[in-house]
Amino acid sequence: MDNKIKLKKRIQIVLLLTAVSFIVYGLYRGEVGVILKKAVNICFECIGLG
Amino acid sequence: MAIRQAVKRKLIQIAAFGLSNIHVCNMKTGKLYTGKWKRFCNPGLHCYSCPAASVSCPIGALQVVSGSMNFKFSFYVVGFLLAAGVLFGRFICGFICPFGLVQELLHKIPSPKCKLPKWVKYIKYVILVVFVLILPIAVTNAAGMGAPAFCKYICPSGTLFGAVPLLSTHPELKKMLGALFSLKAVILGIVIIGSVFVFRFFCKVLCPLGAIYGLLNKVSFYHLEIDKEKCISCGKCAKACHMDINPVKTPNSMECIRCGACREKCPTGAIQLGFHIKKKQTEQEENDG
Repeated sequence: MDNKIKLKKRIQIVLLLTAVSFIVYGLYRGEVGVILKKAVNICFECIGLG
Repeated sequence: MAIRQAVKRKLIQIAAFGLSNIHVCNMKTGKLYTGKWKRFCNPGLHCYSCPAASVSCPIGALQVVSGSMNFKFSFYVVGFLLAAGVLFGRFICGFICPFGLVQELLHKIPSPKCKLPKWVKYIKYVILVVFVLILPIAVTNAAGMGAPAFCKYICPSGTLFGAVPLLSTHPELKKMLGALFSLKAVILGIVIIGSVFVFRFFCKVLCPLGAIYGLLNKVSFYHLEIDKEKCISCGKCAKACHMDINPVKTPNSMECIRCGACREKCPTGAIQLGFHIKKKQTEQEENDG
């Protein structure tokens, strides 16, 4: 049981570090600009027109 | 006076709904909020084409970046979902998601309530893989851009929170209505009717965001624990569960939205929810071992 908890903790830390590095890399390569451009205009696909 | 878990949860859900729709005044004009907060994603499912929306939809953002000319994978959104999922799991579905609250309110309409067969829960994983991950990358136009297939063909949140207010405030958009809108309106209708009869019909069957958080439920920091010494196997928790899970058998089931209904019904206090890892049981086992 103790080993299971330790393994789970390790997985959590690895996933969290991966998540943070993904976010930083995504910000660095400018993905946010693509999202912002889509989000501030009417998304025709979302409302069933496009 | 202690506030019941169900009331606490409903208050948090309402607060989260309010924060997700902070620009509610835009509903009158049908103008979208265009500020910098739209760079960030909502942890729950909420269409960014809703005039009241304060942040972006994570599923929409994921598809838009994957389907863009420059990028075929969104590190930013996957990282965000991974972080949210590892920290909270499907607690987000139970407490934060605006569309989850809408379904729960619909379920309060007096009617016969029913359960779905177990296999239907796998449909959302197919939708995640096909409509969210594959189609925006695989089906592209001449410019190499793919459409957000889940938003385009399925998402009832977009139809309800995006299409309804925008079509009522922009008469010119009504001229563009066609078969695609009819398909989405039918899906919204099915989800609304389904939610009246089945608790969180969309979450159980169709939601790709729930599928992502469900996969991370098993390793999330926020989790459910059963104290086996206290559990008397009365089965009250399984009966109380609206997501049709037996928390004693599968405390970290991919379907559990961490609503706490089981904990409230437990007569011995054997169910714990939180970020902590219970030390007492571990120490006991160490001593035994």
